[in-house]
Amino acid sequence: MAKQINVALIGNPNTGKTSVFNQLTGLNQKVGNYPGITVEKKEGICKLPRGLKAHILDLPGTYSLNASSLDENVVIELLLNKSDKDYPDVAVVVSDVENLKRNLLLFTQIKDLGIPTILVINMADRMERKGISLDVDLLEERLNTKVVLVSARKNTGIDELKEAIINYRHISDEPCVNASVIAPEYFDRLRKAFPKQSLYKLWLVITQDVNFGNINRKEITNSDYFDTKSHTELKKLQHKETILRYQFINGVLKETMKVDASSAKDLRSRLDRVLTHKVWGYTIFFGILLLIFQAIYSWSSYPMDLIDETFAFLSEWTKTTLPAGAFTNLIAEGIIPGLGGIVIFIPQIAFLFFFISILEETGYMSRVVFLMDRIMRKFGLSGKSVVPLVSGTACAIPAVMATRNIESWKERLITILVVPFTTCSARLPVYLIIIALVIPDRAVWGFNLQGLTLMLLYLLGFGVAIGSAWILNLILNIKNRSHFVIEMPNYKMPMGKNIAINVVEKTKSFVFGAGKIILAISIILWVLASYGPGDNFSNANQIVSEQYNDQNNISEAELDEEIASFKLKNSYIGIMGRGIEPVVAPLGYDWKIGIAIISSFAAREVFVGTLATIYSVGSDEEETIKNRMAAEINPILGGPLFTFASGISLLLFYAFAMQCMSTLAIVKKETNTWKWPVLQLVVMTLFAYFVALAAFQLLK
Amino acid sequence: MKRTLADLKRGERGIIKEFSEENIPLKLLEMGCLPGNEVEMLQMAPFRDPMYLNINGSHLAIRREIALLIEIDLIS
Repeated sequence: MAKQINVALIGNPNTGKTSVFNQLTGLNQKVGNYPGITVEKKEGICKLPRGLKAHILDLPGTYSLNASSLDENVVIELLLNKSDKDYPDVAVVVSDVENLKRNLLLFTQIKDLGIPTILVINMADRMERKGISLDVDLLEERLNTKVVLVSARKNTGIDELKEAIINYRHISDEPCVNASVIAPEYFDRLRKAFPKQSLYKLWLVITQDVNFGNINRKEITNSDYFDTKSHTELKKLQHKETILRYQFINGVLKETMKVDASSAKDLRSRLDRVLTHKVWGYTIFFGILLLIFQAIYSWSSYPMDLIDETFAFLSEWTKTTLPAGAFTNLIAEGIIPGLGGIVIFIPQIAFLFFFISILEETGYMSRVVFLMDRIMRKFGLSGKSVVPLVSGTACAIPAVMATRNIESWKERLITILVVPFTTCSARLPVYLIIIALVIPDRAVWGFNLQGLTLMLLYLLGFGVAIGSAWILNLILNIKNRSHFVIEMPNYKMPMGKNIAINVVEKTKSFVFGAGKIILAISIILWVLASYGPGDNFSNANQIVSEQYNDQNNISEAELDEEIASFKLKNSYIGIMGRGIEPVVAPLGYDWKIGIAIISSFAAREVFVGTLATIYSVGSDEEETIKNRMAAEINPILGGPLFTFASGISLLLFYAFAMQCMSTLAIVKKETNTWKWPVLQLVVMTLFAYFVALAAFQLLK
Repeated sequence: MKRTLADLKRGERGIIKEFSEENIPLKLLEMGCLPGNEVEMLQMAPFRDPMYLNINGSHLAIRREIALLIEIDLIS
């Protein structure tokens, strides 16, 4: 097998780097994590002409090699470590033709590392409309590299890029800017101290706050040959370096690029005038949110009903087809309902990710950040907190990771702490099934009441998140220096391929990640529900039959049901559940819901699966989960278990309680201490308990 | 009178003068906010904060507190 060419895709955010990646690899890609950290690692295989292959690594977007976040650290760590297995044979820097000047800054830094670097100028199809003309040959000469014009959207230039990757050995690895002129003496001493090392690499090691596995920063700065520079002096030099690079770039572009500004009056400013308007901007944002939630609710209800019924049917079919026994019962009552509890999520998660990726792809999300910054700051958050708070409606885990681009540590910490209040998709099945049970399916002023309830729950999540941020902002005493800078990318039509890949990838990783937990828990629950200690469980038939012996009016079927429910009550899970019933009864729940709440601490989405498993054990009828829940009777008060009061209480409990181990783990990772996740767990859960208690006692 | 980025009205343009580097994030420089470059005020959020600017071809939003640190000459 021929050696694969290692390619690293590098570029500023919003240059269409991911589109280029998708065009090169198609669906031949996988998303993982860098070892030990939670930065997403996207890699794929690209088939090249003449039977060759390239391994493409899509590095996190960065504006320069001066790393200021974990994601950006990944880029510089890889590029400074020649022994890393992913160290690129060739770097491909993706730039956007409209922001070429700024994009070239990163290009010059990469090139100065001595790596052959191809420059991709993306969105070349826009050049004419923007009045931009480029002298590509001269640009290649000035930058001393291969330049490829690409339009990922129109799929042009990709073959040329593949050809350039094959021929990477012909690309010069000479640097283009001599950074040492910013402090000649300083660099001179460096050169004398470490004659074998590349000067620019040494400079990066000194200035970056990154852990390099193979280079020891102390060894360099403690060397006798030069005085250590203070932080301020280094920063001044970095400013000088930036200015130097821009001088070089301005010189190059002056010769090679012409922009006819008269044809550049564009859609962007007209759209911005409306979308960032003081009144219309907010109105439109709110309208979009309303639309998304209505759509998720009404569109996904059809596939969800179908999935629910299919799994009920499958369970029944297994029971009647396979030979009776413990194994069949495990499949029919443990595994199938458990799996159903996972699959039922797919429609909403897919829709949610679909909308979120559209908002991001179009460039609208940055406008929202702009509009919301001032308001969010009042609550100790940043405009950039909007992105985590919105993506928190899919899942708190990526949302916590999405806080990384918030510059101020205080604003970032508060965002991380309050994000779990937003309504993540794991709460959605719980909400949906309870809303379906206790809220009438009627329309008021053209809005479906159930849809409105769902929207209210989302708003409540946001409201509490923001309210607690405000409190945290008053309590936390952290010195705060904000360096808020955000790029406002040009508006783009979203690319179907990018959105499809995003939706598929995110849904897949969610389903498999959560799926494992759900499946394991449903099997455990089934075992706990199917077996019990002592005579009460094993002699259930006899005990119940004797109880009803003198009543002649009981039918065979009713007797069977009585036996089943007696067995469940005396199973291991029944005993545990009844143990906690006193705690949950004031909230309007029975012991079965108590069990579901406890297992929900592994992950919320377990709730529906747990109830499905508990209710299906011992029940012969093919029924949907919803019908079974509707038929439950409150053991203390009598009447249906799921009333308006207990339903609202349960909704509120799930809205506020911190029930997700994975989120706690990620918060620990991102904040580097157990202090914050433990605080979340205790405070949120207590708050949830008392709000639910108050709601039930007031409404019942 | 000292004029800063924060004084620009919508649609007005200026040239960035020298500024005290210490309090300006490096990232802002990297995005093109350098002495001598042209800047245009595009939009302002309520209370003139944050501000949406075109700096040397880069479209950025920054907070008012940073804009106050960057001196400019107005282009009329």
